[in-house]
Amino acid sequence: MSEFLRSYLVVVWFGLAAFLVGSLLLGISALLRPNNPTSEKLLSYESGVDPVGDGWSQSQIRYYVFALLFVIFDVEAVFIFPWATQLERYGGFGLVEMAVFVAVLVLGLVYAWRKGVLRWV
Amino acid sequence: MMYNFAIDPLLTGKVLWTPLLIVLLKVVVVFAVGLVATMLMVWFERKVIAGMQNRIGPNKAGPFGILQTLADGIKLFFKEDLIPERSDRFVFKLAPYLAFVPAFLTFAIIPLGGDFRGDNDGLVTWFGQQTRVQLADPPIGILFALAISSIAIYGIMLAGWSSGSKYPLLGSVRASAQMVSYEAALGLSVAAVVLVSGTLSTSGIVARQSSLGNWNVIVTGIVPFFIFMIAATAELNRPPFDLVEAEQELVGGFNTEYASLRFALFYLAEFMNTVTMSALIVTLFFGGPQPISVGSLTVDIPIIGNAFEGTIWLLLKVLVFLYIYVWFRATLPRFRYDQLMDLGWKVLIPASLGWFILLAAQRVGQDAGWDRYVVTIATVLILLVCYSLLALAQRTSENERKRDGVMF
Repeated sequence: MSEFLRSYLVVVWFGLAAFLVGSLLLGISALLRPNNPTSEKLLSYESGVDPVGDGWSQSQIRYYVFALLFVIFDVEAVFIFPWATQLERYGGFGLVEMAVFVAVLVLGLVYAWRKGVLRWV
Repeated sequence: MMYNFAIDPLLTGKVLWTPLLIVLLKVVVVFAVGLVATMLMVWFERKVIAGMQNRIGPNKAGPFGILQTLADGIKLFFKEDLIPERSDRFVFKLAPYLAFVPAFLTFAIIPLGGDFRGDNDGLVTWFGQQTRVQLADPPIGILFALAISSIAIYGIMLAGWSSGSKYPLLGSVRASAQMVSYEAALGLSVAAVVLVSGTLSTSGIVARQSSLGNWNVIVTGIVPFFIFMIAATAELNRPPFDLVEAEQELVGGFNTEYASLRFALFYLAEFMNTVTMSALIVTLFFGGPQPISVGSLTVDIPIIGNAFEGTIWLLLKVLVFLYIYVWFRATLPRFRYDQLMDLGWKVLIPASLGWFILLAAQRVGQDAGWDRYVVTIATVLILLVCYSLLALAQRTSENERKRDGVMF
């Protein structure tokens, strides 16, 4: 196994340790705490009023649109990072290329803005 | 090559015990530091905010009430754990882990100390082994931190969804849209740091910030730092961006249905994230464990060895940012949701993108030996044009809203 993967292996062990500590805490608490569920306790909380209708209500489509826009800009960041580390190597040519790439994406943002997608109310 | 036998089953061969012990020691120490730091952060926040509001704050448990968090935690052990009838039981139980584990994982890539002076590069010698005071130093440390912070969104999203209740669902939908929006700005402002450092590894980024003038906050021109700071506050769901748990509207937000220790895990994760995010800000922009030095003059803490001194510097710098976060909470009123989205998409993302390209042009210009005055004047001109374009866009959209008769 390469040195490259090894540094992640420590991370995996660290994550496992965190997971184990979490379950340990929950396990200890399971031994200590009372368990006396009644049907009133298990109702979902709606400020003391009996819940009306289904808990899984519909939500705004806007949230979804923002998630889509986010994907564009996050993928953009993924493209930008490798170039940013190798800036000197590609010089002026790379800069122009990246400027064009960013400009196209900004146009996308401007379009979304113009269409009123970014408007919340 | 052969020392990680016990933690790496694919490796065969002789086991060298010292490096293995160092790895184990690091895992245990970093974990303990993380937990203790989180507990102290909860206490620190309560105490400082009490001071700002002219109250005393916790003062009964231990000296200065420092054990208050521990007392609260122990209390939660004895509380009944309720899983609502309508919930999706498996996801409901899984969600706290999805919030808790990533909160710890980010801690793994932060350089927690070490001697970065001269050519030392952060390496210290423990038991005859060269190592870093950092759990893992992957070559793409920063990307790792960004990826993990994206995973943390799942914890909150699934917690709200699996509760099968209205307030948590609303809270989690809000949370995911907010965190996703600011994640983009966060990533783009980090790109500026990567640009000037030329590396994605956190220890590499720290190593390049040897003196005050070299700190990335100055090298990148302050703007990326402010964008990162604002985006980080939104990522953490801390005031003034705490719409996720706006009590007046959503009771407790995504964790309304959680009780007992499952709630405690969310709570811990939240404060843990605050600590790691402060540490990340310090690592990226303020030199991490580097001592403060101007030119050849270095502020040196006497007696203590250089390697441990790094830890003290890091701690002091992190403390400053933790204080700022508490200060935010005491001072700023909560944002409205449309204001939040406007700030993220119409100000921070365009600003961070523009600043990034400008910085890249500056760098390339320096490299190619362009005339410095021409570059400066061009930069100022471009900044002015970009600013007025952005202002124009803002004004147009405001006018359109008014025309459509929108209230705000």
